[in-house]
Amino acid sequence: MEQLDLSYVDEVLDRYKGRQGTLITVLQQVQAHKGYLEKEALERVARKMGVPTARIYGVVTFYAQFRLTPVGKNLIRVCHGTACHVQNAEGLTEAIEGELGIKSGETTSDRLFTIESVACLGCCSLAPVIMVGEKVYGKLSTDKVRKVVKEYKKKEAEQ
Amino acid sequence: MKILRVGYNSCGIAAGAEETLNKLHALLDGNANFEIKRTGCNGMCYLEPVIDVIEDGKIYTYGWLTSDKVEKFVEALEKGEHIEDWIVLHPDHPTEQSSYQDKQVKLATKNIGVIDPESIDDYLAADGYKALEKVVKTMDRQQVIDQVRASGLRGRGGAGFSCGMKWQFAKDAPGDEKYMICNGDEGDPGAFMDRSTLEGDPHGVIEGMTIGAYTVGAQTGFFYVRAEYPLAVKRLRLAIKQAEERGFSGKNILGTDFSFTLHVIEGAGAFVCGEETALIASIEGKRGMPRTRPPFPATHGIWAKPTNNNNVETYANIPYILREGGAAFSKYGTDLSKGTKVFALAGKIKRGGMIEVPMGITINEIVNEIGGGIANDGKCKAVQMGGPSGGCIPAHLHDTPIDYEKITATGAIVGSGGMVFMDHETCMVDIARYFLAFTVDESCGKCTFCRVGTKRMLEILERITAGEGKEEDIPMLQKLCDSIIKGSLCGLGQTAPNPVLTTLRYFRDEYEAHIRDRKCPAKKCKALITYRVVEDKCTGCTLCSKTCPVGAATGERKKVHHINDEICTRCGFCKDACKFDAITVE
Repeated sequence: MEQLDLSYVDEVLDRYKGRQGTLITVLQQVQAHKGYLEKEALERVARKMGVPTARIYGVVTFYAQFRLTPVGKNLIRVCHGTACHVQNAEGLTEAIEGELGIKSGETTSDRLFTIESVACLGCCSLAPVIMVGEKVYGKLSTDKVRKVVKEYKKKEAEQ
Repeated sequence: MKILRVGYNSCGIAAGAEETLNKLHALLDGNANFEIKRTGCNGMCYLEPVIDVIEDGKIYTYGWLTSDKVEKFVEALEKGEHIEDWIVLHPDHPTEQSSYQDKQVKLATKNIGVIDPESIDDYLAADGYKALEKVVKTMDRQQVIDQVRASGLRGRGGAGFSCGMKWQFAKDAPGDEKYMICNGDEGDPGAFMDRSTLEGDPHGVIEGMTIGAYTVGAQTGFFYVRAEYPLAVKRLRLAIKQAEERGFSGKNILGTDFSFTLHVIEGAGAFVCGEETALIASIEGKRGMPRTRPPFPATHGIWAKPTNNNNVETYANIPYILREGGAAFSKYGTDLSKGTKVFALAGKIKRGGMIEVPMGITINEIVNEIGGGIANDGKCKAVQMGGPSGGCIPAHLHDTPIDYEKITATGAIVGSGGMVFMDHETCMVDIARYFLAFTVDESCGKCTFCRVGTKRMLEILERITAGEGKEEDIPMLQKLCDSIIKGSLCGLGQTAPNPVLTTLRYFRDEYEAHIRDRKCPAKKCKALITYRVVEDKCTGCTLCSKTCPVGAATGERKKVHHINDEICTRCGFCKDACKFDAITVE
């Protein structure tokens, strides 16, 4: 089997060597490399920090930010904050699901799109809101959100 | 010389401020008559993108200035003119939007939307770090606490505990190594005050926290900010760096022997980390699980050392209090709730945004005068305050003055400041279900009643909204609420039943309609509604049939369409798509 390159994990670990309480920050920075935490990376962190893998797994599964599976190229986060909820966030989710043929929490088989529900993006005055990558789209309807997704699909098809 | 201030917070950027700013730069860069500045959000999120034009000391505020309008806007300004129709706040006369500002008193948020949050010079020019200088050079620690106590400031994170007392406990705690925490893990869905504050005036929060550190004797501070707020994190890190370079943070602050180092930690996404002992566990790199108190963090906090923890807004009030004196703050507000409070207005309200108002203002004043009423000229049914720990206050109680005790008496809480408004289209049982789903997700699992009890409550609420509710469900919900409150360790569990308790108290008829009549009065719960085409409105445009994902809406071109109720999944796409308002929900 091909040797997995984990030098990115070592780089992060070196930066925080000997500092107390940095596990979460280390995991965040490790995740930043591939968008998720691969098993081998977690094991490396465990060995080098001298923390049991089980404890690290406990931390990883506790916080919503950490992922154990790869994420699609375009991460679509649908806000389900209270303001978005009363303005039909569930309808938006259904519309996006229909457009991409996957359920929330899933990734398309071509790894281009992932749909995710998030608790609140803090742009409540623009509700209902979604975020694609770093870009926020506000004041959406099921109709408008479908257009947004179609745009991204078109962009991907052109590449 | 004209100064153009562009509101450049996350909300503004989402509304198109970046494109507007780029266009302004493209047209005006190199033009000595104009200076373009980026600021935070002035609170009028509903008008974004917002630009202030400052000329001859007068401020003209433009709203909805999307990039397509920039060319015309610049053209007018270059001729020394204004486009009156686009001005939302005029320096010489009141406008339709003035009522958004009239009742506000800005103490904690006075710089937001005014200064460039990425410029320490801007902050210094706005009396920045003057309070810190006064404190470290002329006041002893007890004098600071006396001023904070005189101000009557209570913790703005939700619990409303006296800030002065908290500082006193941490100051009096034995030990040389102490910590400060700024809780910016704004977890309540529907709240964005802390984001806006950190994005719009990070130095103000740093200054408040540093004054606190001097007072309690802390050497190290942690900002704990949600990872969902990347811009806030970025601006905060920059501000800390600038403050260190200028001697307002780090070693030997302002030449004294007081040193204080700040770190920023990004929260990894767990609502329970808003609870202080869970937050401390998270800072230590562990699962964010709360523990029993006492011992309180004031004596046993981070690494079991004395720790003081306040919310973003609490710290943001501190510079004003120390600069102007505690009495200048306590002159606002009610007997027990002093000063001002920042609220985020969202939901079915005309003017959504961030406001700062004196305590004691009524909900009615906020919704009708500041918020401009309910969207689409609807009727306000309730306001949700306090997020998952709070409750829904019905319209007939909206003359309640906002203060900690009076809002708590309604069954809700002031909370951190999220106010989500609801109209006749909001189903209150669905809202209760929504919050319970949130709590079930976010319960850390430590206490059985919170972990299992909320799950059982959610199942009951799901059953009711699915049209399968039973008579015994309401008493069972009440019993579970009672048990969860008694059997949970931390605030999350103890307050989780509040959304159910308040909706049961004020909107019991809606629960009963779901259970007894199998009807959802708000026409929201899918199992209890049907979509129908209004025949005399349908033009046969075929849009609904094209939009319907399951083929339930059918019909020939130019003929009335029909929806097959058996296939229909109640997604509502047809209703959103219809341009003739020809689809109704029954």
